Formats: sequence, structure tokens, C-alpha cells
Amino acid sequence: MELFINQILSGIATGAIYACMALAVVMIYQAIDHLNFAQGEMAMFSTFISWQLMQWGFPYWGAFVLTLIFSFIGGIVIERVLFKPLAKAPILTNVAGFIALFAILNSSAGLIWDFTIKEYPTPFGSAPFLGSQLISTHQAGMIGVTVLLLIALYAFFRYTRVGLAMRAAASVPESARLVGINTSWMIALGWGMAAAIGSIAGMLIAPVVFLEPNMMVSILLYGFAAAVLGGLTSPFGAVIGGFLVGIIENLAGTYIPGVGNELKLPIALALIITVLVIKPAGLFGRPIVKRV
Amino acid sequence: MSAVQEAVTGAPAIEAVPKRAMTLGAGTSLIVLALLIVVPFFVKNFIIFQLTMLLVYGLAVLALNILTGGSGQFSLGQSAFYAVGAYTSAILMEHAGMNYALTLPIAGFVCFLFGFLFGQPALRLSGVYLALATFALATAMPQILKLGYFEYWTGGVQGLVVTKPDAPDIVQSALRWFHLKMSQDMWFYYFTLAITIAIYILSVNLLRSRSGRAFMAIRDNEIAASAMGVNVALYKTLAFGVSAAITGIAGGLGAIAVQFVAPDGYTITLAISLFLGMVVGGVGWLPGSIVGSAFIIFVPNIAEGISKGLSGAVFGVILFLVIFLVPHGARQVAMVAQHLLGRLKKR
Amino acid sequence: MPAKRKLLVAAVAAGAVALGSTGSALAQKKYDTGASDTEIKVGNIMPYSGPASAYGVIGKTEQAYFNKINAEGGINGRKINFISYDDGYSPPKAVEQARKLVESDEVLLIFNPLGTPSNTAIQKYMNAKKVPQLFVATGATKWDEPKEFPWTMGWQPSYQSEARIYAKYLLKTKPDAKIAVLYQNDDFGKDYLKGLKDGLGAKTSMIAAEEGYETSEPTIDGHIVKLKASGADVFISITTPKFAAQAIKKLAEMNWTPLHIVSNVSTSIGSVIKPAGFENSQGILSANYGKDAADSQWDNDPGMRKFLDFLAKYYPEANKLDASVVYGYGVAQTMVKVLQMCGDDLTRENVMKQAASLKNFAPDTILPGITINTSPTDFAPIKQLQMERFKGEKWELFGDIISSELSN
Repeated sequence: MELFINQILSGIATGAIYACMALAVVMIYQAIDHLNFAQGEMAMFSTFISWQLMQWGFPYWGAFVLTLIFSFIGGIVIERVLFKPLAKAPILTNVAGFIALFAILNSSAGLIWDFTIKEYPTPFGSAPFLGSQLISTHQAGMIGVTVLLLIALYAFFRYTRVGLAMRAAASVPESARLVGINTSWMIALGWGMAAAIGSIAGMLIAPVVFLEPNMMVSILLYGFAAAVLGGLTSPFGAVIGGFLVGIIENLAGTYIPGVGNELKLPIALALIITVLVIKPAGLFGRPIVKRV
Repeated sequence: MSAVQEAVTGAPAIEAVPKRAMTLGAGTSLIVLALLIVVPFFVKNFIIFQLTMLLVYGLAVLALNILTGGSGQFSLGQSAFYAVGAYTSAILMEHAGMNYALTLPIAGFVCFLFGFLFGQPALRLSGVYLALATFALATAMPQILKLGYFEYWTGGVQGLVVTKPDAPDIVQSALRWFHLKMSQDMWFYYFTLAITIAIYILSVNLLRSRSGRAFMAIRDNEIAASAMGVNVALYKTLAFGVSAAITGIAGGLGAIAVQFVAPDGYTITLAISLFLGMVVGGVGWLPGSIVGSAFIIFVPNIAEGISKGLSGAVFGVILFLVIFLVPHGARQVAMVAQHLLGRLKKR
Repeated sequence: MPAKRKLLVAAVAAGAVALGSTGSALAQKKYDTGASDTEIKVGNIMPYSGPASAYGVIGKTEQAYFNKINAEGGINGRKINFISYDDGYSPPKAVEQARKLVESDEVLLIFNPLGTPSNTAIQKYMNAKKVPQLFVATGATKWDEPKEFPWTMGWQPSYQSEARIYAKYLLKTKPDAKIAVLYQNDDFGKDYLKGLKDGLGAKTSMIAAEEGYETSEPTIDGHIVKLKASGADVFISITTPKFAAQAIKKLAEMNWTPLHIVSNVSTSIGSVIKPAGFENSQGILSANYGKDAADSQWDNDPGMRKFLDFLAKYYPEANKLDASVVYGYGVAQTMVKVLQMCGDDLTRENVMKQAASLKNFAPDTILPGITINTSPTDFAPIKQLQMERFKGEKWELFGDIISSELSN
């Protein structure tokens, strides 16, 4: 029983990582109706920038804020320069563009900062949380920040005009344009916000997994899985999805004998596909209605 | 969240490619064929090996073109079928001592079943969800290949070494009359070429046939297709099956060409490369498969030549350039060329 | 002309041609493809991209080292032309690159190709083509089979032999221990695990729990939780640097203090210990055959000084705390020694012969007391390791230099 609880707690802790990333994924999906495969690399690159700033002497929070601003602008710039020209191209071509961006960011990070792992500080400290030896204060902090981000995003989409405009631009672009919404800039804004959220995710994740260029490659897949499980249209679902993925993975690894270890990831993914088959829009997503 | 449902009214994700435009003109086909047959006599064995891999990956991209460009199902998981085909061939050759040529139809059949079965749950998924499901399959495959249960057959993480066949005795003695010797590489190249041409012709015919029309109907508007009486479920899973079968045969050929199979050779990177090959070649344009295949084999080498440390970045930049200039891939180039030729002829 | 006369003329003519073509028989220069009077082409395959790209720095170090040798006059007057290609840790790509090196670039040999899957993929080809596959960069045990694969040779101590050393140590000092093992689920991890179990022999029951992890997992925290629950008092970490550091950190966070043994590939102070935290790493055991540049005990060591001077001049942007850089230097030095020993006979056969005749050779960065020895039946250059314990901010070597051979 103790092991069970331990694995659940540990799953929640790891799940916080996935939830963070999943939020960024949902953000970009809201903006462009597609998944950006380079999201993880953008987050990694931002985290490296903040690390570099700290190496140059900036205090943690100074670097944090600067990186946030830089990522936001960077996201917009990438969208304007690289993806706006592709707006009229088929979706698959855009996906190829995401992959190209992935390659560029990953390779450049490797060249600039090399591949040895780097320690990344946390503002929350690493002591055991509430005496529990399973969740450190940092991981508790990570969960806290994720929940805060979630609330902020929810409020943004629900209660602000810009948020509403963005949702409109993504789901019914023609109608949105008719009411005067600049859909093109909404997309750019979406990219900027996704990049900023991604950078927060990266800066929270790095203390746990250590900073290196390949840090986000595996996490991105989990982030996608979490977002899809929770529903791509629901930030709340993304966060719940993240925790669920972390817990399911741990429990599968612990309790399914023999194959547990090697098939942890495939089992988690299979479970997600099963959920999708039953509920195609995810646990909390809005069902998609196709008009004929 | 809210009860409001999202209505999707936009254009379908995969653009419709008219049937006729999916193939190459007769004249160009013959020239390409002639080149493919004659070139091996003038180049070193290593280049022949690269050409063989060009054909192998070309087949895999062709399969993806049928699936995505033909029936509109987005797949990022072809590496899984490629791996199954490769291992089937390798296991049959090394453990059962089967002749290499016989393993290929078996690999194809096994993969057909596998693809057909995977197509079933995939029926309910589309667009980005299907992409993720196939992505998950591709990520899971190396793990499954490493499983302890199968280790005796698959060699586990160490993989299996595969013996490359020599040219058959009949061919050897025939060539000896002309004082020519055929190396293993050359023989296997022609063997692969023959299979590639056969599959290409079959694919073209498939897409021109009733089933092909069904695929394309489903791609363009699934609901309308089903309203017209097309058995959507059957054709969608069939498309998966056929595509998997061809990818499996490509995998088997690849395994013999490289003479080695290991889980690390069939990662998600391969699936992504095949996807890029399809986009660069032109989605749904079968002849583009070779162009796409050439892109994914040779451009990384070029990128490495330009800068070893930044080879990934250079590759990304080249990819961006390609998709900026020709968002519809090589098909766009071909159409422009055809257009220009047409105007020249008029003069 | 009568037949006999014809034969005589032909023989004389042939003799004259033969004499003329060998030139001065005294010089006895012999070359295979890839070697000439002015250069020696050395091929190499490294993962500069992909999941193992952290090891690409080994290739860069070797390039820098060969640059140094060339600047100092080359080997017996010949410059080394080092051609290194990226395989992205993918076996099919490795095969392609190997064929390119041998058939297109026409190298004399392939030196230090990295990765067990890649090397397994090209082993048959290299031996069929009779091209040396020298000093492969993997610790798998299968590179020491001179009868079956006479053209393939390893360099570093094999993983199984290192694991056996730990097993022996535990049997001697903690015979009642309960062992928890965390291993990477690939050729490296599995090879190690086998060596550990072989070393424990009849007492494999000492292993209370074993957890395999995939490199695709972001963290191994869940595994550590499970291992702690087994109640073990010894923790063996068969992990690569990133995961070794995560394990050290997690153990500290969970307040779990078993006897912690870490594999040799993750002993680097710069890449593992420092990021994980010095205070968390006290008392960790491992075994090593090379010096760690972050270890102040080697500050005045002449070999280490040479290494640091080399870095300063030829590869200043290198991270000298990265054990891969130290590794690259040591193995490159061994290659240069072999080529020097070849003299003017630069045939592939002679390269293998000289590689199999190394006696008591010690590169600058190898621990004092450990030497490289090979013979026609012994293709394992480094067979010795010394155990070390982490104390303060450096590794303290202790005990004797242990030979990792089976006979012990």
C-alpha cells in the first residue's frame, strides 16, 4: 500500500513536468489548430538563455523575467518570419516547417552550449516537502506554478476580449475577420504566448532533469500525450492529463510484471489511444462537429 | 468545458490531388527508368549501395503517399511497419534459413495484417489525433523490439546480422560470357529496382482503380463519400494495410541491403524522415517519392559537409528554403516544368 | 623465335620490370589504400547528432589531437588526414558511413567508431573487407575475439569486467548486502548487468531489485522510489551521465543512503558529480582507468599537464571537465603510437599486427600503474581498473590495481 501511494505521489511529481509542457501545447493549439513539434526545443532554448544570463551574473528572477519577455518576442518573430509565409501552404508543409525549426534549435543549442548537463537553480529549494521524501519543495512549487498558470490562462480565454478574439480567430477565422479581428496577429500572439509558457515550463523542468539540449525531446511526447488525453481545447484538461500520464506510467511500471519497464511508455500511450477511441476529443475537450 | 461544440468548416487538411496528376508522363518515366538501369555500370559499389537505399526509402515514401496523399490519413508511424518488415525478413533469413526473395512477400503480408489491424482503432481518429496515435506507435516500436520475451528471435538490443545474397548462379555464368562480374551490391540493386518498378506500377493502378477512387473520395470529403455508398471503414483500413505492406517490403529490402537490424535503426527519426520525404516530394504525387527519398538521404550528408557541428541546423535551413520555394514539393517543380515545356512546344 | 627463347626473354623482361617498379628494395615501403609517402587517411564514425550527441566531442578531441601531431611533423613524416562522419547513433547510417570511408574516401583504417549497435552493424563488413576497425569506442565485451574477427579491436575495459570487479568487492566487503540495481535498458546496461550477475556467481540472490529504464524517459525518479522500497542497502547505478546525476540527486532528496556504486562512464566530476551536487556525492564508489581533469590531485602530474597544454593550444573551447575529452585524448594517443610502430610498412595487416603488439604502453591520461598490453590472442588493450571513492571534491583511489580478467 505504501508503495502504491509512493508511486502515485511520485507520478504526480513527474506529472507536473508533463502538465507544464502540455499547457504550452494547448496554447499553441488554440492559436493555430495544430501541434508544434518544435515547442519543446523552443522551451529548451529559452531555458538555456536564462541559464546564460545567470552565468553572466543576473539574479534568478531577473533572468526569469528577461527570458519570459525574450521568449514572447521570439515566438512572435518566429511566427512572422517563418510561418506566416507558409500560411497558405498545406498543413503538412507547415508540419515540415515545425520539424525544420526543431532541427535548427536543437543543433544550435548543442553548438553554443555543448551537450554536458548543467545544473539549473530553483527558487523553491530542494528540501523534502512537508517532510515527505517523495516530493521536494521544488516539485511542489512546480505544481503550484502550473496551477497558477492554468488559472491565468483560463481567465484570459474566458474573461478577456483578447482571449475571446484569439479563440474566435482559431476556430472560425472567416467570421472573426468579419467582425474586425485581425486573425493574422492573433496567431502571432498565440505563438508568443505559447513560447512564453514553454519557457516557464523549461525553467521549471530543468532543475529536475538537468539542462542539456536533448532535455525536452522525450518530455514533448509526454506533453502531447497529456494534452491529447485531457483535450486539446482545454487547458484544465491538459494539466489533469499531465498528472494522469505521470501516475499511469508509474503504476504501469510498478504493477504490470515483467514487461513493466520496457513497455511503460507504450502502455501509457496505448491507454491514451484507448481513451481517444472512446472519447475522441479527450477527457475534457469540446467535441468537434464537422459540418458537411 | 462549455457545451458549445466546435464546428469545423475549413478546407480538408490534405489537399486534393487530381488522379491524373498523381503520376508522371510516359516520356519522363522512360528516361528515369533508363537512367536507373544504366547508372550502376559506371559507378563504384558504394554509390550502388546508396542508390539501393534510395529505392528502398523511395518505396517507403511511396507507401506513405498512398496512405496520406491517397486516402488522407495522416501517419507519422511508418517506421514501425518498416521495422516489422525488416525484422521479419531478418528472422526468417537467419533463424529459418529462408531464401531472401521469399521473405519479402511474407514480410509484406505480415505488415499488411499489422497495418490493417492498426487501422481499426485508427478509424475513429483523424487529423492531429491520428498523427499522435501513429507517432506513439513509432515511438513504442523500438521498445517492443527490445523486449526480453522476443530476445531469442530478435537479438534484443544487439540486433541481428543479415547475410547479403550473391547474384544467382545463372546470372553469374551468363555474365561470365561477357567477362563481367556482378557484385553483391549490383545484383541486389537490380533486384530492388525490379521490385520497386513492380510496386510502383501496381500502386499507380491501384490509385486509378475503383479502390483508388474510393480512397480519394474519402480523403476529399469523408462524409460525402460515405453518403455515396463508399464503405469508409473498409477502405480506410485497407489503405493502412496496403501502405504498411509496401513499407514492410521496403523494410525487408533495407535490412538485406544494410545487412543488419537493430532497434536503434528504426526510431521515430526514421518516421519523421519519411514524412519529410513525402512533403518534399509532393504529397500524393507518386513519382515524387524518389525525389523525397533523395532529399532525406543526401541532404543530411550535404549538411554535414557544410558544418559538422551545425549539421542539424543546416538541414533545417535547407528544409525551410525548400518549403518556402516549393510548398507543394517536387510536384510543383514538375508542374512548372511541364507548363514551360508546353509553352515552348507551342512556339 | 623458338619457345624456350621466348620464355627466357619474357622472364628477363618480367624481372626487369619487377626490379624497376620496386625501386630501391632497401626502403621497403609498403602501402595499402589510404597510406602514402605524405599522408595516412584515418576514418572515424561518431554521433555528432541524435540521442548520443554528447559523445561527439570525442571525435572533435581526436581531430584536435591529430592536428597537434601534424603540426609537430606528423608520423614518420606523414600527415594524418582524419575523416570523421556522423551516424546519429543509427546503425544503417553507420553502415553507409563506413562504406563511404572505405570505398569512397579510401581510408587505411577506421579508428574509434562509437556505439555498440553501430559497431556491430559494420563489424562483418570491416572484417570481410579486411580493414582495421581499431579501438572501438564501446565497452561491450565482444570486441576481444581475434579468432573470429581479426580486424576488430576494443580499447577500454569491458563493461562486464568492470561489473565483475564491483561484484568481487561486494562479496568481499559486504557479503550480506541487499543490492538494488538501476540499469539503462540497452546494450551498455544489459552487458553490465550480466557482468554483475556473473561476478556474484552463486550469490545473485543478493540482488533484491533491478529496474531498467529507457533513455527516452525524462526522469528516473519513479524507479528510485521502487528500488528504495526493496529495502536494499547497496545501490548500483548502471547509468549514463544525465541519469547518474538524477539518481544521485533523488537519493539525497529521499534521504536514502545506501552504498552507492556508479559505473565508470559516469564518474566525470564535470558532467555528473558537480551538477548533482558535491554534498550529495560523498562516499560514492566507482572504478577508473583514467585521470579526471577536475581532480586537483593531478594538477602537477606531467601527463595531465601535457593534456591541458594540448587543450589550451589546439582545442581551447573544450570543456576539460568532460571525461569524454580525456578519453578522446587517450585513445588518439594510442592510435598515434600504433601508427608510429608501423614505420614505413603501412599495410592494413601491419597496422593490426602492431596494434596487437602493444607492451606496457601508457598514454598520458591513464592512471599510474595501468598499462596497455595486447597480443595476437589478446585484443583487450586496457584490462585494469582501480577502485575509487568520492571524498570532498575529488575521487580518492584506493586498493590495488585490479585486473578484470575472468581468471581472477
